[in-house]
Amino acid sequence: MELLIAATLLVLAVFLGVELITKVPPTLHTPLMSGSNAISGITIVGALLAAGADHSTFTAVLGFVAVTMAMINVVGGFLVTHRMLHMFGPRRRRAAADQSETDGEDL
Amino acid sequence: MDDWAALGYLVAAVLFILGLKRLSRPRTAVRGNQYGAAGMLVAVLVTLTDNSIIGFEWIAGGLILGTVVGALLAVKVQMTAMPELVALFNGFGGGASVLVAAASYTQAVDLATETSRLSSSAALASLIGAVAFTGSLVAFAKLREALHWSGFPGITFLSGIGMVAAVVFAVLMAVDAENSLWLWLLVAVGAVLGLLVVAPIGGADMPVVIALLNSLSGMAAVAAGFVLDNSLLIIAGSLVGASGLILTQIMCVAMNRTLPAVMFSPAPSGSGADVDDIYAGKVRSTSPDDVAMLLESAERVAIVPGYGLAVAQAQHAVRDLTRRLAERGVEVVFGIHPVAGRMPGHMNVLLAEAEVSYERLVEMDDVNPTFEQTDVTIVIGANDVVNPVARTDPSSPIAGMPILDVDKSDVVVVIKRSLSPGFAGIPNPLFAADNSLMLFGDGREAVVSITKSLQHL
Repeated sequence: MELLIAATLLVLAVFLGVELITKVPPTLHTPLMSGSNAISGITIVGALLAAGADHSTFTAVLGFVAVTMAMINVVGGFLVTHRMLHMFGPRRRRAAADQSETDGEDL
Repeated sequence: MDDWAALGYLVAAVLFILGLKRLSRPRTAVRGNQYGAAGMLVAVLVTLTDNSIIGFEWIAGGLILGTVVGALLAVKVQMTAMPELVALFNGFGGGASVLVAAASYTQAVDLATETSRLSSSAALASLIGAVAFTGSLVAFAKLREALHWSGFPGITFLSGIGMVAAVVFAVLMAVDAENSLWLWLLVAVGAVLGLLVVAPIGGADMPVVIALLNSLSGMAAVAAGFVLDNSLLIIAGSLVGASGLILTQIMCVAMNRTLPAVMFSPAPSGSGADVDDIYAGKVRSTSPDDVAMLLESAERVAIVPGYGLAVAQAQHAVRDLTRRLAERGVEVVFGIHPVAGRMPGHMNVLLAEAEVSYERLVEMDDVNPTFEQTDVTIVIGANDVVNPVARTDPSSPIAGMPILDVDKSDVVVVIKRSLSPGFAGIPNPLFAADNSLMLFGDGREAVVSITKSLQHL
């Protein structure tokens, strides 16, 4: 890939990121951080290539450690974000909670 | 890379973008996160079909080990420990980018295919990644309260020397291309820099640092993308880098501090000399029973949580109080300051965990005009973000910081262990105000007692 094309991708993606993120309400800032953090584990792609390249034991070990670290970042990041969002999320539980509150008002 | 792989990476990039878009609304956020995970799965599967991958032993080992460790950490963590876990994961991402750059660069040096473009992007990836790695680990240790070290005099000067050294090593790396020693020196300098820059930062400045480190790990992935000539790393890394920078900016604005001020000037500290003038004879303490009586006759109650809520694990107690009040027909809202807690949105996560409906959580700008119509405001474990000095005293370290105007409500009940100052180290005249009552004690126990008293009324 030409350097200029790579730089173009970089600049456009930064603009896109800014557009996407400025719309996120403060309520979701923590899940946003942990979710985008998981996406930064995309470096797993490079880690896999390094670990599988069969160049030397040294680079394979570097690759192995990189795959492990990136995978912790990816799996842990998406899972913990899911856990958090679930608390913000499920309509049923939320509805039930609000229901009990309204019921209480009649008492 | 063949065309099919490129197409697969494009699909992954689109999934990341759609995922981030959906993360912007509570209703669609769960789906958004799943889109992101799906994009990652596509990226991994496409990469595994790459022709240059010959052996799968190391890959399988790393994938299994990383999955087990990551899943265990994510499932076991308490919601109050979320800031440090995010910091830890972030560090691993940065560390992985360093190793990716190091492995590709070593390979290129061995095969003599190294180019100036490769060495400059490898230099950036290893430097930024190493800063993100050790910086995140320090942030992790500080948030866990395992590390209390906050540097030494002249640490900023030493960081400056480190930055100069980093530039020198990066230049040497480009000039003396056959030698991969420079890369490792650069990694070492980056690691030390991460330590030196993050160590002095603490307390209320933590949300800024966490957001910034998040951004750095994204930028490290971008640099690794330039090393590998991989469009997906560049796109995904840029999205993360941009999101981290925006959050950093939002946090800085919410504290009326600039990023360099947060990073390079020691924590602001006010003089404690006039503490007696402010507090002497003016602080009125109250009891849970009295607070319950106030709440009983209130029509509108605002609750303002701070980091102390997380420390006292009081979120469930607060939820119970909220329910009890709502049953009595009292309107209850939560006023959330953007930097309350130790990471962006920290309070929202804690209260969501306790199943407080997010419709009740009101942002600073929206809640401030409503304090005048609020009968009782309960401040739990917050201090600097409700300090009226920010509005009145231009010489104060927090002058100009946007605050929650709790002092404008009819009665303010402050639940706090003592009159000790917050992170800014200055006394808070709110505690001595005519309409303020102090309820000294542990946040959770105090709220539980209030709820109990309310039951007996």
